[in-house]
Amino acid sequence: MLEVKDLHVTVEGKEILKGLDLTVNAGEVHAIMGPNGAGKSTLSAVIAGKEGYEVTAGSITFEGEDVLEMEIEERARAGLLLGFQYPVEIPGVKNIYLLKAALNASREARGEGEIPAPEFMKLVKEKLAFMKMDPSFLQRAVNEGFSGGEKKRNEILQMLVLEPRLAMLDEIDSGLDIDAMKIVADGVNSLRSEERAVLMVTHYQRLLDYIVPDKVHVLLDGRIVKSGDKDLAIELESRGYEWVQEESAA
Amino acid sequence: MATEEMERLVRREYTQGFVTDIESDTVPPGLDESVIAFISHKKGEPEWMLEWRLEAYRQWLTMKTPSWAHLDYPPIDYQAISYYSAPKKPEDRPQSLDEVDPKLLETYEKLGIPLHERAALAGVAVDAVFDSVSVTTTFKEKLAEAGVIFCSISEAIRDYPELVKQYLGSVVPQGDNYFAALNSAVFTDGSFVYVPEGVTCPMELSTYFRINAANTGQFERTLIVCDKRAQVSYLEGCTAPQRDENQLHAAVVELVALEDAYIKYSTVQNWYPGDEDGKGGIYNFVTKRADCRGDRSKVSWTQVETGSAITWKYPSCMLRGKDSVGEFYSVAVTNGRQQADTGTKMIHIGENTKSTIVSKGIAAGRSDQAYRGLVKIGPRAKRARNFTQCDSLLIGDRCGAHTFPYQEIGNSTATVEHEATTSKIGEDQLFYCRQRGIAEEDAVNMIVNGFCKDVFQELPMEFAVEAEALLNVTLEGAVG
Repeated sequence: MLEVKDLHVTVEGKEILKGLDLTVNAGEVHAIMGPNGAGKSTLSAVIAGKEGYEVTAGSITFEGEDVLEMEIEERARAGLLLGFQYPVEIPGVKNIYLLKAALNASREARGEGEIPAPEFMKLVKEKLAFMKMDPSFLQRAVNEGFSGGEKKRNEILQMLVLEPRLAMLDEIDSGLDIDAMKIVADGVNSLRSEERAVLMVTHYQRLLDYIVPDKVHVLLDGRIVKSGDKDLAIELESRGYEWVQEESAA
Repeated sequence: MATEEMERLVRREYTQGFVTDIESDTVPPGLDESVIAFISHKKGEPEWMLEWRLEAYRQWLTMKTPSWAHLDYPPIDYQAISYYSAPKKPEDRPQSLDEVDPKLLETYEKLGIPLHERAALAGVAVDAVFDSVSVTTTFKEKLAEAGVIFCSISEAIRDYPELVKQYLGSVVPQGDNYFAALNSAVFTDGSFVYVPEGVTCPMELSTYFRINAANTGQFERTLIVCDKRAQVSYLEGCTAPQRDENQLHAAVVELVALEDAYIKYSTVQNWYPGDEDGKGGIYNFVTKRADCRGDRSKVSWTQVETGSAITWKYPSCMLRGKDSVGEFYSVAVTNGRQQADTGTKMIHIGENTKSTIVSKGIAAGRSDQAYRGLVKIGPRAKRARNFTQCDSLLIGDRCGAHTFPYQEIGNSTATVEHEATTSKIGEDQLFYCRQRGIAEEDAVNMIVNGFCKDVFQELPMEFAVEAEALLNVTLEGAVG
């Protein structure tokens, strides 16, 4: 589904990713772990198309398409969706309005018409209930005055409505208490299917107790230096990253 | 004034080399007392009106163009302007839409302007574009039933001289400022509204106006009087970009609200802003002021300013009555080379007066805009309150936004709050929306409309929708 090959990325002249390889297949959940500054967030930002990141070498393909040639919105419509670590506030723009515009943009790209209003409301209400969010959320401005936990839940709500092929979650667990984390994890788990994949970036193993990954990768100094299954995450939790570093240097 | 006197005045000027043909429909460029006499005569005005105009003119001669605004434009040659001309003859106008700037037509298309209105707005010579006569008649009948007077200012001067005499210039005196003095001397067009005691005007005074909007004058004069407990909602302007042969526009609007009266005045201004270099755009120097004369009276100004090369405009409220309320909601959008210096004045005179100012400025391209506001609280305005919120949004890095808030507080029981923000349209906001699949241009529109929401919700319903569409068209290509 997603193929990242020998990816080199610089930000403001500094090389952050230094030849990263990653393959994600449909039906899989991947977790990328690593210390601060290793380039975890850079990876998801580059796949999503954020400005300010220069790809100097390598390639990213999604379903065989060259992602780097696609506009930001084209990537999203193709099913590459990013759940933000710090979702921005958009004053005056209601959540429901953003949701509808986003859903219709993707539908139109697929040659489907706009979703009929009753169908849309039914869909959104169902997903809201799943995320244990009050319907009044829909009438509030996007992320404005939301608590950290509300913002993260809102990110997952958008995912549930937009149904991405590949959901990328950037530190989705940061700032969440345990109850909110469970709700968020339930949301992400409900996305799991044979046709979809999830790529999570996280600091802590804690999240992985709730969203159990198929693959765990360690990102160090711009490269994936070790891959394994969920046990690797547990080992990282107890031993830290240094031993991986030493191992990879050896 | 007797006809002989008029002709004498006119002839006197003739000896000084200035030709004014009283039978003609147009005066040559230039301004002097004979031109004013000519206008007054053409309008069939009574003598007091001519005197009033001449007084204004004499004051104007002693005045200087204001230079304090944050605007840059070449000096205007007032002697190069023709102050009276009948509507252009059909043969002088474009003969079909094929002769009109295709960009303008594109804009009409995007705004969803009905086909039959496009020609009229573009100034094309077409006969009977719409059945305005019958529409007007229907409205007039309905208004007459309610006792509301709604007519052109010229008609009002002829048919309701006592009302006009009583109120004209009572809010904006002839010599108030340079442009108001000029307007007082030479105005030829405009509206008059009188809503009698206890009457709520049965319709928005807007539809009528939109039909006639293409013919608004260069020096418009509007006077709206709401008697005790009366209410009216008046809408001026048109979302469609309007072209005009006259570059200088200097309108005056006076509102008078007596006890418990409520006037809601909404404007959508979309004069031609000029080409990409700002050439040919309209200079819009407007004086708008409301007098909340009666206790518990209320005036609400809402404006959406997207057009003109230059905008100089400060709709204001004199809060004289006890417990009177003034509101100002403004969205000003500038793009290309546009310049706008706009804002409001809230003058608190009576006790318990209250004012609210919400100003949203959006600058894109190489445009420049300023918010200029004065909140003045007089010594007798006990417990007066003002809340001001003033936000600017910049799109790109070649535009500018400035805020000039002035406060003069004359007593210690007043409460004045001011909030101001300036933000760049966030790369992060854009990225967020696009990452949800929304096209960049739609994302910009969404963010900007969200920014303006507090003001748009003050507009009459159908206009709010149009205002959003207008904003989107104005900012097209502003990002990227």
